[in-house]
Amino acid sequence: MSDDGVNSGRRNFLIGATTVVGTAGVVGVAVPFVASFNPSARTLAAGAPIKIDISRLIPGEILGPIPAWRDKPIFVLMRTEEMLVKLNSSNKRLADPKSDRLQQPEYARNETRSIRPDVLVLIGLCTHLSCSPKFRPEIKPQAFDPNWIGGFYCPCHGSKFDLAGRVYAGVPAPSNLEVPPHYYESESVLVIGGDGGFA
Amino acid sequence: MSSIQQSFKNFMNWVDQRLPVTETYEKHLSKYYAPKNFNFWYYFGVFAFVVLVNQLLTGIWLTMSYDPTGEGAFASIEYIMRDVQYGWMLRYMHSTGASAFFVVVYIHMFRGLMYGSYQKPRELIWLFGMLIYVALMAEGFFGYILPWGNMSFWGGQVIVSLVGAIPFVGEDLAVWVRGDFNMSGVTLNRFFALHVALVPLVLLVLVVLHILALHEVGSNNPDGVDIKKYPDKDGKPLDGIPFHPDYTIGHDLPGIVLFLFVFCAVMFFYPDGGGYLIEHANYEPADPLKTPDLIAPVWYYTPFYSMLRAATFPLFGLDAKFWGLVVMAGAIAIPFVLPWLDKSPVKSIRYKGWGSRIFLALFVIAFFVLGYLGTVHPTPTKTLIAQVCTGIYFAYFLFMPWYTRVEKTRPVPERVTLG
Amino acid sequence: MRRLLTAFVLLLPMIALASESGYPLDEMEPDLHDKASLQRGAKTYLNYCMGCHSLQYQRYIRTADDLGIPHDLMLEHLIFDPNVQIGDLMENSMSIESSKNWFGAAPPDLTLYSKLKGGPEYVYTYLRGFYEDPDRPFGVNNTVFENVGMPHVLVELQGLQRYVCKQVPKLTENGTKTRDRKTLQYVTEEKCGAELKEIGGSPLELVEGTGTLTPEEYDQVVYDLSNFLYYIAEPVRLERQRIGVYVLLFLAFFYVLTYLLGREYKKDFH
Repeated sequence: MSDDGVNSGRRNFLIGATTVVGTAGVVGVAVPFVASFNPSARTLAAGAPIKIDISRLIPGEILGPIPAWRDKPIFVLMRTEEMLVKLNSSNKRLADPKSDRLQQPEYARNETRSIRPDVLVLIGLCTHLSCSPKFRPEIKPQAFDPNWIGGFYCPCHGSKFDLAGRVYAGVPAPSNLEVPPHYYESESVLVIGGDGGFA
Repeated sequence: MSSIQQSFKNFMNWVDQRLPVTETYEKHLSKYYAPKNFNFWYYFGVFAFVVLVNQLLTGIWLTMSYDPTGEGAFASIEYIMRDVQYGWMLRYMHSTGASAFFVVVYIHMFRGLMYGSYQKPRELIWLFGMLIYVALMAEGFFGYILPWGNMSFWGGQVIVSLVGAIPFVGEDLAVWVRGDFNMSGVTLNRFFALHVALVPLVLLVLVVLHILALHEVGSNNPDGVDIKKYPDKDGKPLDGIPFHPDYTIGHDLPGIVLFLFVFCAVMFFYPDGGGYLIEHANYEPADPLKTPDLIAPVWYYTPFYSMLRAATFPLFGLDAKFWGLVVMAGAIAIPFVLPWLDKSPVKSIRYKGWGSRIFLALFVIAFFVLGYLGTVHPTPTKTLIAQVCTGIYFAYFLFMPWYTRVEKTRPVPERVTLG
Repeated sequence: MRRLLTAFVLLLPMIALASESGYPLDEMEPDLHDKASLQRGAKTYLNYCMGCHSLQYQRYIRTADDLGIPHDLMLEHLIFDPNVQIGDLMENSMSIESSKNWFGAAPPDLTLYSKLKGGPEYVYTYLRGFYEDPDRPFGVNNTVFENVGMPHVLVELQGLQRYVCKQVPKLTENGTKTRDRKTLQYVTEEKCGAELKEIGGSPLELVEGTGTLTPEEYDQVVYDLSNFLYYIAEPVRLERQRIGVYVLLFLAFFYVLTYLLGREYKKDFH
């Protein structure tokens, strides 16, 4: 291969231009391959808002069978008077008691992290590595916490949350359990996955 | 700058002591010398490689959304076409790629016939190439079944029933192939496994062997002369050019872009190919109770399908169905022995005599005619034409030892000629 | 570029347009840019056809978005089942068993029908081809679909057609009319069905006053419906062609670059 002195500038320019345009082409070809990994129309349709009948909620328990929205478990808890009284009694043990981090829609950023003070709506997946925490309402010393006042406990890596889904300090989970967008269509019908125009 | 170059050199030294990367790069690319006189026909090997990569990538992506069950397969294709983002593009790339693969491979094979690329010392290259072709036919057939449309079903039905033509064991064998008494989801499931895993694996191994064998003896060229006979003082052939970057950029790259242009024109504007690339009848789900009006395989099998149908009479006490199978299997098998049929002292058609030229021309015409006849309903006249063309197809091979020996060849130049 | 592509497609052997019955199909040029036509077609389909023929591979939301119909209007006026959501597939609630009892065969899903028939012309001709036939269970037969098992759903719009044979001038082999040698009258012969159609006549005659639409209005309804079915067989068609133009322009430009670069390298060959 002999480099022709006269043409080497031209050749280098063409190599550069071809490389740039060729790279653009490769990026273009990559688009369908990358985009096809996005949720399909079927998945999006399956992820449409769901309606939950909450007339059968029993105070002090979470709604069972656990409903799913976008294939994630949804915890709906009707908190008792007693639970609500105790709720903010040990805020100093929590990592984010005032819900400063955006783990909830604006309308659920309050003391109870809910629209209706009694009804708590959460996505039941730990913010650590997405295990589903257990509902442990009983107020008694536990192996994982001698001063347990009721809440959610994740069996995978020991993260603890209170009855508003707020995370304890000193556990692996970094933030409070997520509150999904939701609204009440009527007294007994809860809609998960939309704001009903309140957002 | 120079320190970066130095560290890269050190790094490559480290690697080369453990894995022959530089040596392999030189052997197969930068110091593999291709003859200077490559022409248009020499594009198609690299095109085949491009299509292979396309089929592998789009195929893997399609399996992510495809459902290989009898109940779900057809709907999952429409799911890919409508619900998956850009699924339609991946699917059309794959379906157009299937036809493109055969176009390219047929031309590539024709090039081999024309320039005697199968002759000594390239017999193994040809054999591996033929095995690739057969594997490709199997791959295409299994892939054709997967959309589970009505043509998929009945096309599969006809081809699997062919197995039933084998005397004595045929019927049992057909049931074994299907895993069921008729084509069903069970069959679809196993064909899916073969299509996405086993056959591609075999294909890849064969492609590697094909290229290794080629690089061992070097490429043939339109003159059929050996470029290694005239090396320069460094031992590099005078008529050779490094494959990379000179040939890849000087010859192949513009060709590939042009090929992609044609490919994309078809894929974006005529993905159904007027019913030849994706048949109309395949737009309804498989129905075991309703045969489409015309059962014709996809175009790339039609020459062999014609030969199958051309066998219309029993012989030696065996029925026509069996002889059809024999003729078709023979037509696919006979090119395997081509390197030993050609007795010509020269390789290229440029220097072969009139016998070879006329027979090759007739062979190509017969192949096209058979291909056309395979797409239409048979009539007595058409069947007769198909029989004549089948005769020509076999005559090309069977008479080759004779006509290549008796014909008068022209003198072959010592060095390659540049047009 | 269009011309180039057209030239290219002409090289591909085309499958001739004719129905299985051999009846020549009417020409019909679909227009996917005509959103109003597609919307009317969708409305007619959902009102008249959807009860029996589902479009189960397509979602309402896709149809609404592609045709420019707002979701709330679609839900309110075109979807009659209150339990259906906009993201659902366009299925119907007719069970296969009961439909087999009514019609002898389940009415097919029509999502891909236009592709199955190789184009929109078949549906267009079919829906204009119903005629009175008291021997059939639903009292009608069809020119392109002999012994059809489906009632003429749009009969209130079109009105009844009768199947007629006509006296037409007898033509010689080179296409001129023939006269009788003695009487010098033009000789006529009776032609029916496909034969009549092939020489430009129509074997169907509308019974005046039986339909609510004029023939032109009815043709428009059927055109819109066929256009809609053409759309729904491949909803991505327009986008595919749009992207295709950009891809080809890109490749043409890239070819110029690689050609010039290749020429530089080819200088080494000699």
